[in-house]
Amino acid sequence: MSLAAFAVAGGEARAAPAHTSPLPKDPLNSPMWTYHAQRLLSGAPVVFDPAVRLILPGVAENQHQFPVTVDARTLPGVTRILIYADLNPLTLAADFRPTRAAPFLSLRIKLDQRTPVRAAVLAADGKWHVNGAWVDAAGGGCSAPPLSRVKGDWAQHLGEVRGQAWREGGGPLRLRFTVRHPMDTGLVEGIPAYNVETITLRGADGAELARMEVQGSVSEDPAFTMLVNPVKDGPVSVSIRDTSGREFGGKIAPQNRPTP
Amino acid sequence: MRLGRRALLAGLAAAPFAARAEVFAGRYTLVPEAVAPGVWLVRGADEAISFANGGAIANAVILAASDPRGAILVDCGPSLAYGRALGALAEKLTGGPVQRVFITHLHPDHAMGAAAFPAERIAALPGTIKDLERDSRGFSDAMYRILADWMRGTEIVLPGQTMAPGAQVVAGRRLTAYALSGHSAGDLALLDEATGTLITGDLVFHNRAPATPHADLALWRPSLDALAAIPHARLIPGHGPLDTTGAAIPQMRDWLGWLESTLRQAVRDGLDMGEAGDLPIPARFDGVAMARYEFQRSVSHLYPHLEAEILPAVQGD
Repeated sequence: MSLAAFAVAGGEARAAPAHTSPLPKDPLNSPMWTYHAQRLLSGAPVVFDPAVRLILPGVAENQHQFPVTVDARTLPGVTRILIYADLNPLTLAADFRPTRAAPFLSLRIKLDQRTPVRAAVLAADGKWHVNGAWVDAAGGGCSAPPLSRVKGDWAQHLGEVRGQAWREGGGPLRLRFTVRHPMDTGLVEGIPAYNVETITLRGADGAELARMEVQGSVSEDPAFTMLVNPVKDGPVSVSIRDTSGREFGGKIAPQNRPTP
Repeated sequence: MRLGRRALLAGLAAAPFAARAEVFAGRYTLVPEAVAPGVWLVRGADEAISFANGGAIANAVILAASDPRGAILVDCGPSLAYGRALGALAEKLTGGPVQRVFITHLHPDHAMGAAAFPAERIAALPGTIKDLERDSRGFSDAMYRILADWMRGTEIVLPGQTMAPGAQVVAGRRLTAYALSGHSAGDLALLDEATGTLITGDLVFHNRAPATPHADLALWRPSLDALAAIPHARLIPGHGPLDTTGAAIPQMRDWLGWLESTLRQAVRDGLDMGEAGDLPIPARFDGVAMARYEFQRSVSHLYPHLEAEILPAVQGD
């Protein structure tokens, strides 16, 4: 489902130098739009663009696990995708660089209150293409302890990775993986920040497929879906590094999708 | 379906421009439906909890009691004001005060109206009381946030009586209590012996999609079997209309089976939660209210567990 209804044709940010081009008026009327846009989207003009499809559920049932899917496959030459929530204390959730991957990403984020959730996509035209929507959520997504901290078993499962990759016709590989991690935000009393920091995907030939930096505003036990385009068929290697320098990961061999 | 989703999101998007100034609640207008001698159903709206409906979405049941004269309530709504309105209605219908309130399970649309009654007249299963001790505070915060003035004065009142399953006489009325689970850790069902009315709480939703925030599907199914095995003339579900044709329990089985197999297949097919929540809902559930809404909520409740179960472990380098 697209959010076309809310995306307003962005300000025409002609060839003016990026830092002087005015930001378009925010169709979501967020109090933090200008502040975050100046910080996160500096160096390139900004347009609001329904071509950035943002798939969000109609209800934020669990503010600890709010699924966000960004699909910008109609935009050519995408080099970065940012996912952020204006009113989260850890605003930026993910900075995704699809080196040899489709501009498509699913993940889950925490919501600390009612907030705009946005995707900003840097495309071949050198512009940030932005789309977003207000999401209503009860408080506490970032400032409540993760379940595994409450249960106390996080260390026993830390870094366990599950995943699968499916060949989809002649198109990209659909890759899904999860990693057990508390993703501590540092905003819960007595629990310092501790989160997965970087994720790198490589093809069987060692070439980078995608890279991502994430913050503690990504949900506990993160789960990701990506579409990667390896040159060489074979297992995709997933390398995950957290803020303590621990490294997790492994290889995921692609399989043909079972015929239904 | 796409239009529906868009409309939902349009609501979200429009919200920031709507004034969030103080808005005063309306009044609950409770309409009793006489379903059997001495048995009245007070229907909830087949909707999500919202300010517009005051959170009055769950069914409540009034039973006439003879000794002492008065009423037995099964569930009591979301708030002090609802509980008081229900108590007043019950008193008018039965000619006496509320003698006993049964809380079928922990959820606030059924339980928070307990604020209108003395704790010693409120009874629930041990599992429900444990759930309420754990979650009441959080539920209260969430309900005040959504319902604002409708919740005025609503304080948490925990049941003062722990009830046991089995046949019992309550204020002169013969009831059989069943301690089940699956919708939550403690789900009470009651059979009114005089009329053969089976009151299921949220183990059964009828023509209204079931909510699964505390569900254990593996326990829910045998509970439905247990309910189906109890001879009864009619069934009052936790949400949705009275069932006199025996359609409600099979419909619940059908939905839960479809829900679980659909989500398992979605994980096997490599879908993310957002994509899974957009999967088609079979036409046979067209008459089921809140189907897309509850399906997406269920994706949120169940999907991470299914991923942890179904996605294969990846061996390190």
